[in-house]
Amino acid sequence: MPRTRITGRRLSAMGLAAALSLSAAACSGSDTGASSDGKPIVGLITKTDTNPFFVKMKEGAQQAAQQQGIELQTFAGKQDGDNEAQVQAIENLISVGAKGFLITPNDSKAIVPAIDKARQAGLLVIALDTPTDPAGAVDATFATDNYQAGLLIGQWAKAKFAADGKQAKIALLDLNANQISVDVQRDQGFLEGFGVDVKDKTKIGDEADPRIAGHDVTDGAEDGGRTAMENLLQKDPSINLVYTINEPAAAGAYEALKAAGKEKDVTIVSVDGGCPGVNNVKGGVIGATSMQFPLKMASLGVESIAKFAKDGTKPTATEGKTFTDTGVQLISDQPQTGVDSKDSTWGKDNCWG
Amino acid sequence: MTTRSVTRNPVPAPDFDTDKNDSWGTRLQHLMHANPTLGPFTVLIAAIIVFSAMSPRFFTAPNLSLVLAQVTVIAVLALGQTLVILTAGIDLSVGAIAVFSSILMAHFATDAGLPGALALVIGLVLGTAMGALNGILVTRIKLPPFIVTLGTLTIFFSLNSVVSKSETVRGSDMPALMTWTGTTIPLGGFRLTYGSLIMLLLFAALLYALRMTAWGKHVYATGDDVDAARLAGIRTNRVLLSVYTVAGALYAVGAWILIGRLASASPNVGTDYNLDSITAVVLGGASLFGGRGGVIGTLIGALIVGVFRNGLQLAGVEVVWQGFAIGLLVLVAVSLDQWIRKVKS
Repeated sequence: MPRTRITGRRLSAMGLAAALSLSAAACSGSDTGASSDGKPIVGLITKTDTNPFFVKMKEGAQQAAQQQGIELQTFAGKQDGDNEAQVQAIENLISVGAKGFLITPNDSKAIVPAIDKARQAGLLVIALDTPTDPAGAVDATFATDNYQAGLLIGQWAKAKFAADGKQAKIALLDLNANQISVDVQRDQGFLEGFGVDVKDKTKIGDEADPRIAGHDVTDGAEDGGRTAMENLLQKDPSINLVYTINEPAAAGAYEALKAAGKEKDVTIVSVDGGCPGVNNVKGGVIGATSMQFPLKMASLGVESIAKFAKDGTKPTATEGKTFTDTGVQLISDQPQTGVDSKDSTWGKDNCWG
Repeated sequence: MTTRSVTRNPVPAPDFDTDKNDSWGTRLQHLMHANPTLGPFTVLIAAIIVFSAMSPRFFTAPNLSLVLAQVTVIAVLALGQTLVILTAGIDLSVGAIAVFSSILMAHFATDAGLPGALALVIGLVLGTAMGALNGILVTRIKLPPFIVTLGTLTIFFSLNSVVSKSETVRGSDMPALMTWTGTTIPLGGFRLTYGSLIMLLLFAALLYALRMTAWGKHVYATGDDVDAARLAGIRTNRVLLSVYTVAGALYAVGAWILIGRLASASPNVGTDYNLDSITAVVLGGASLFGGRGGVIGTLIGALIVGVFRNGLQLAGVEVVWQGFAIGLLVLVAVSLDQWIRKVKS
């Protein structure tokens, strides 16, 4: 049987075709121009379409879009940090004549030129969850105050350790090595809440407090959380307080502690307020978590663009902040004096994912 | 590319008739060519010595058992990747098949309410089928493996999101068999997990298959020179199909071990498993041009990554530099491979 020889040119053509079809597949929005029934079009561009946080955000946006009578087109990056797909999504939205869009930027700086182009074309742009850099590059930002989210779990841990009369040894399980804004704000907020001198607020790991045993990265997932916790525990077996970037990382860290027989002596704090995380608060895996409200972010965002489409008014920021704060709520079944919290029962009624 | 006759042992015997006047460099080149795992093995031992000197906690039984547990999943996936790379292919869908298989196992054991053993078997079969699909596309449609697995990677990750609804299944909701791979066998201070034990057995089995069976010889021959292999009467398409299918089966076993390690099945893990598995194979001295490499090298390669990550953390090196070190190692490994290939035949 003769073999079809694949020449270099054919190979590159195939590669190009595959890449094109893949990038087309990555954008789930239709590009049929204005919507068939004349509804105004609003876009939602999330970081990925796998993370439950963004899945929930999409649900919130879809519900609000139905209520407001607008057509929602959704797009997502292929993985965290995928700026390319988001730029393409913006270009598509401009070409279909969308009224505006909501975006959770994968790269706060790199996305700005594409957003500028959209705003020049008359679209209202709202950042959700993650601010752009500079924050003024969008018309509005609806987000969790991540520094506040970190601060609350830090204050809770400080009060708990004071009440138990324990000296803390802290492990910090961050997202990745890139020091992105959400990662930095949660980490530094937690440390400040706990009473550690954070030095430069925009930098993870420049602290000199002897209570800090070390940092490691988790990619915000269970496997990363487990490996990072195992290694830090080897580095310093006296660790008794663990900050985690999110609840999947916390679940992984707990498995490492359990395997080492230390799950009873170590307190884990986290951020997110997803339903599995709230379950873990109830089960004693996580001591306290800061809940955020992705549904609210998305529905507020869609309503704002609908309003803008009707009468041209733009949303305004929360008093004293560069963004519209959609709130954060501490969830814990071990309330501490001086720190406001709700229990896991309330958490279950209000969690996402 | 050198064309060796296919009937010859894929690992050539060292040349004893080297010229007495050969420089040390050339002799080393010959030695490395004859023993492809020598380079990675030296790196691993050197790393262990250096990290032991940097941190007293490094060379202890509990820490070493941690490193083994940490690399277990990647080692199993890299084992499948080794087979593919031996045939001059590459598999980018490793992580997607492994994670999707773990989600399927969990789904059949919880939502579908099947007994643990049945859910496990279905997951293993479906993972194997995903590998076979890669093999069919590579051999029938004659597409380059890189493109095939790029496509299937995207498809499997999408299906993974659909089936899992982006939700993690907790181990406590699954039958005990699902998380059994995470339980440990205490051997003095060393804690070996059943997952690691399975991994070591799989390595032994494939070591035997590649070295001692006709199938193994055919895999090497196909990777070394596919045209020559076909002319010698080897059914290269069958070999390729078998390789991708076995790889799929290995990824599915990796999925089971992953569930045990995390005590859950999470759709959010494994995005980097494809690159991590390729890193292990390359560090193990295999050639991306096919026909050179082996399972021992891959195990060493996986261990190198684990030892570096754990050792650098214990030594207090910042996270940023951990990635830098691994990247540098890969480049050194590939350069070394090129240098060895220049050996005078």
